[in-house]
Amino acid sequence: MHRFHSISVVASLFVFWLVLSGYFTPFLMSAGLASSVLVVWFAHRMSVIDREGHPLELRGGVLSYWPWLIVEIVKSAWTVSKIIMHPRLPISPTMLRVKMTQTSSVGQVMYANSITLTPGTISVAIEGDEILVHALTQAGADDLAGGEMDRRVSTCEVRA
Amino acid sequence: MSAAIDILSMILMSVGGVFCVIGAIGVLRMPGFYTRMHAASVIDTLGASLIIVGLLLQSGFTLASGKLLILWLLIFFCSPTASHSLANAAHRRGVIPWQSDQGAKSSSKN
Repeated sequence: MHRFHSISVVASLFVFWLVLSGYFTPFLMSAGLASSVLVVWFAHRMSVIDREGHPLELRGGVLSYWPWLIVEIVKSAWTVSKIIMHPRLPISPTMLRVKMTQTSSVGQVMYANSITLTPGTISVAIEGDEILVHALTQAGADDLAGGEMDRRVSTCEVRA
Repeated sequence: MSAAIDILSMILMSVGGVFCVIGAIGVLRMPGFYTRMHAASVIDTLGASLIIVGLLLQSGFTLASGKLLILWLLIFFCSPTASHSLANAAHRRGVIPWQSDQGAKSSSKN
């Protein structure tokens, strides 16, 4: 499994190099592959490579979570845009604490980043197993407190 | 067919631009520090995504599209991280969130 993880890091780096460089001649491609392998080897020797930096086990869960997240982002961006253009600016800012049920730090980062990415809510601080969130409206705060996003991130983590 | 794709991509990019302007108006209109951040997040989610999707339609199936997708992933991973550290720095420094009953005093301070 460990070896498979390293090979997967090399493959990702090589694809990244190919897309950014756009060179497809044999010499340059093998040079790119060699540098990907060297980078991963050096990273191993320096112990700066770990499962958190390249969370391979999340690949299945993320594919079902991202589409849902994108729909949520579009919906809440539309809501925030309507509030901005409303003549009376109907905001009711609140601070609230939401509980995280994720066990790994990758899962917690995913949840906190999803909260921030959704317009109308920002994760301000992490305190133990709770996130301090600032919400633009009371309705947005209630939505988040309902915990659907938390459940979905946890499912995505458990499926690994 | 290509004319239809052109028109669709123009529409997407224009709508993305409109959302960027709405976000900018929001940054100006909102009172207080945290509420302004909410307005700015409309720009880097919906505004940026619509413009990138419009550009993807223009570039078709080329290397440029791959670079655009990488750019989109970069925005989606980095912008919440940056927003969080900004909000966290403000929280630690003791910036008081704006409340509607506080009146104009605190909104001018933040």
